[in-house]
Amino acid sequence: MDRRKSLKALAVGTISTGVLLDACKLSDKKTEEKKTDSTAGNELNLDRQPEELEKHKEVTSKTFFTGHEMATITILADIIIPKDEISGSASDAKVPEFIEFIVKDMPQHQTPMRGGLRWLDMQCLKRYEKAFKDCDEKQRMEMVDEIAWPDKAKPGMKQGVNFFNLMRNLTATGFYTSPTGVKDIDYKGNTPNQWNGVPEDVLKQYSMAYTEKELKECIKFD
Amino acid sequence: MPDFQVKKQPKTYDAVIVGSGAGGGMAAYVLSKAGLKVCLLEAGAMYNPQKNVTQLKNPWDSPRRGASTKFRPFGDFDACYWGWEIDGEPYTHVKGTRWDWWRARMLGGRTNHWGRISLRFGPKDFKRKSIDGLGDDWPIGYEDIKPYYDKIDQLIGVFGTNEGLENDPDGIFLPPPKPRLHELFIKKAATNVGVPVIPSRLSILTKKIESTTERNACFYCAQCGRNCSIAKADFSSSNVLIYPAISTGNVDVVANAMAREVLTDANGLATGVSYINKEDMLEYQVTGKVVILAASACESARLMLNSKSQRHPNGLSNSSNVVGKYLHDSTGAGMGGILPQLFGRKRYNEDGVGGMHVYSPWWGDNKKLDFPRGYHIEYWGGMGQPAYGFGWGIEGLNGKYPVNGTKKEAGGYGASLKEDYRYFYGAGVGMAGRGEALALESNYCEIDPAVVDKYGIPVLRFNVKYTDYEIKQAKHMKETFKEIMHAMGAVITWGDNGPEDNYGLEAPGKIIHEAGTVRMGNDPKRSALNKWCQAHECKNLFVVDGGPFVSQADKNITWTILALSMRSSEYIIDEMKKQNL
Repeated sequence: MDRRKSLKALAVGTISTGVLLDACKLSDKKTEEKKTDSTAGNELNLDRQPEELEKHKEVTSKTFFTGHEMATITILADIIIPKDEISGSASDAKVPEFIEFIVKDMPQHQTPMRGGLRWLDMQCLKRYEKAFKDCDEKQRMEMVDEIAWPDKAKPGMKQGVNFFNLMRNLTATGFYTSPTGVKDIDYKGNTPNQWNGVPEDVLKQYSMAYTEKELKECIKFD
Repeated sequence: MPDFQVKKQPKTYDAVIVGSGAGGGMAAYVLSKAGLKVCLLEAGAMYNPQKNVTQLKNPWDSPRRGASTKFRPFGDFDACYWGWEIDGEPYTHVKGTRWDWWRARMLGGRTNHWGRISLRFGPKDFKRKSIDGLGDDWPIGYEDIKPYYDKIDQLIGVFGTNEGLENDPDGIFLPPPKPRLHELFIKKAATNVGVPVIPSRLSILTKKIESTTERNACFYCAQCGRNCSIAKADFSSSNVLIYPAISTGNVDVVANAMAREVLTDANGLATGVSYINKEDMLEYQVTGKVVILAASACESARLMLNSKSQRHPNGLSNSSNVVGKYLHDSTGAGMGGILPQLFGRKRYNEDGVGGMHVYSPWWGDNKKLDFPRGYHIEYWGGMGQPAYGFGWGIEGLNGKYPVNGTKKEAGGYGASLKEDYRYFYGAGVGMAGRGEALALESNYCEIDPAVVDKYGIPVLRFNVKYTDYEIKQAKHMKETFKEIMHAMGAVITWGDNGPEDNYGLEAPGKIIHEAGTVRMGNDPKRSALNKWCQAHECKNLFVVDGGPFVSQADKNITWTILALSMRSSEYIIDEMKKQNL
């Protein structure tokens, strides 16, 4: 049954004016669009309301960082989270792409990121006559070491320290919420299971034990 | 679209219900099961937890990794649409006052994401004026509502334990889950400083219940905030009340229907509700023998105040002038930190249920304290699913504590930094108080004479201020939290507030327990409803959300909304049988 027709059937006291007729035409179009199921009808594999899909479209239709900026972000992200014996690097986990998305979604990050990247390039230009991304590895690490250690950085480096802190935080958040990062941190949940209490060996490790009351009253699984 | 959402022909319903949260859902359930024909108006979308799924998704399924937006202020996976601000639906404040107003816009309302904390009010909670002289007593007592709490425990299911506490009544409980590791630390520490810790009471099925075959036991994913699409193991009005009510064939749901006014006849009786359909922007009316408001305490008050007629010149059933007044929320203040003994901890799945496994009911004696009402404490911590914000601020942590025995410089990068994230993961711990605020006549919402929303409906203007009582209560919370944190050797990282910011007391409204605006009472001059939640001046109008509450205890209000709504619904059926309605 047509939803809109039936709504009209339900109406007892519909007002009729030209404005409302126009509104009606508009809504015909809207109804067409709304037929897609909110979970299946989007590329996100996540329940979304029409307003959210619209916002997503708007955010992803723009590009914020320039190619030069993205190259710098990628180098920095991989310095912060390199590949090690446990997991891959930030760029393996598509962290630069996450950062591009998140600054568009959270515009408060745009100025600190854009300004911080330019600050970094200007520092490198003065020291090495090159932008950060065009420096050799030794030069890059010299520069990074000036801003990566908040407690021992020189007073003149404070702006760089703040930028690197933000870069570190965005990189870590992007990495540890990716498939690679969740595996690295070894989060074991998000899967059906039966909670049977803290494992025995862990209780022992912390000299903890459940009381008799708890053992009697709480749900248990064999 | 299934046919059940709308009717094929116009008809007069037995009941028109506005709002589909706990109160409206329960009314629709009880009335439809009794064979009454119900029209349920919902201002938001036709949400279906079986189709609109965010449960068991991974952090990367959200491009913002679960961060919040204005559409989902509790995060991208949260099941609640809208919240503090809704496009086109403003509200205003009297200068110098604050009320943060949460509005869910979806079938089932905020019950789709709530904390499932299901506490009965105790005998004292209905008689506070008799105890401390402040506020008012309810026109009913615990004995009046107890049978309904019992029925709801069995119909919906709640876990917990019978502790024989005077003002935290025993119930019909399913077994609770065992405490998690950080909860064992909390329990030990709190008990040592004289704060009781008992199993929490959450409406989550740890076992199947007899009242339904549709719902399964919890599978411990900790994601009740996303609503249990898969097992329907937690209580949401949508899963547990509304879809079952729809399946009786007696309920027509109209989604995206923003109620404008309650319609009345020449005798001042309610005849139905007028609403605007948000999809086609047309105006509709639906008629019913009774009208039941469950739009949320403030929205229901707004509807009544906007429903002026010759018989009700001051708004519907408002000669007392109390509609909108006595608005109050739970108080709230929190504190968080880290438990160094949990650094480098062993990994295992400790998701558990969605929320705390233990809590602290109010233990104090207010006669010996400088504030009149109590609070309970909620706890959290442990190895949760990583989300936006994960690892944030590591530079404040990795220089302070040796990592696997090695003292490091703060900040840094590289493989050593990756070791730090692994080391500190899962060591967080926190707690928050939820207390009773005084319901005061001077705290109210009213119609803003100058502002309308995009539908042309006059909006609410709020005027709410906390008193010294609430601030002193928050101070006591913070002192208690500090004692507990210190007793377990935790390091406080946030929430150690002082008098300069009222001890971190959250703005009113922020705890999302709005109540009191259409309060019940025996005296029609001082209340809008009688003890059945029936309007004094309009016998076929009922309010079954947080509006009727005279006071709201230090207990989350949902279980009591459900109990009162069930009680009113049975009363309506009874009165209809007697032809009084």
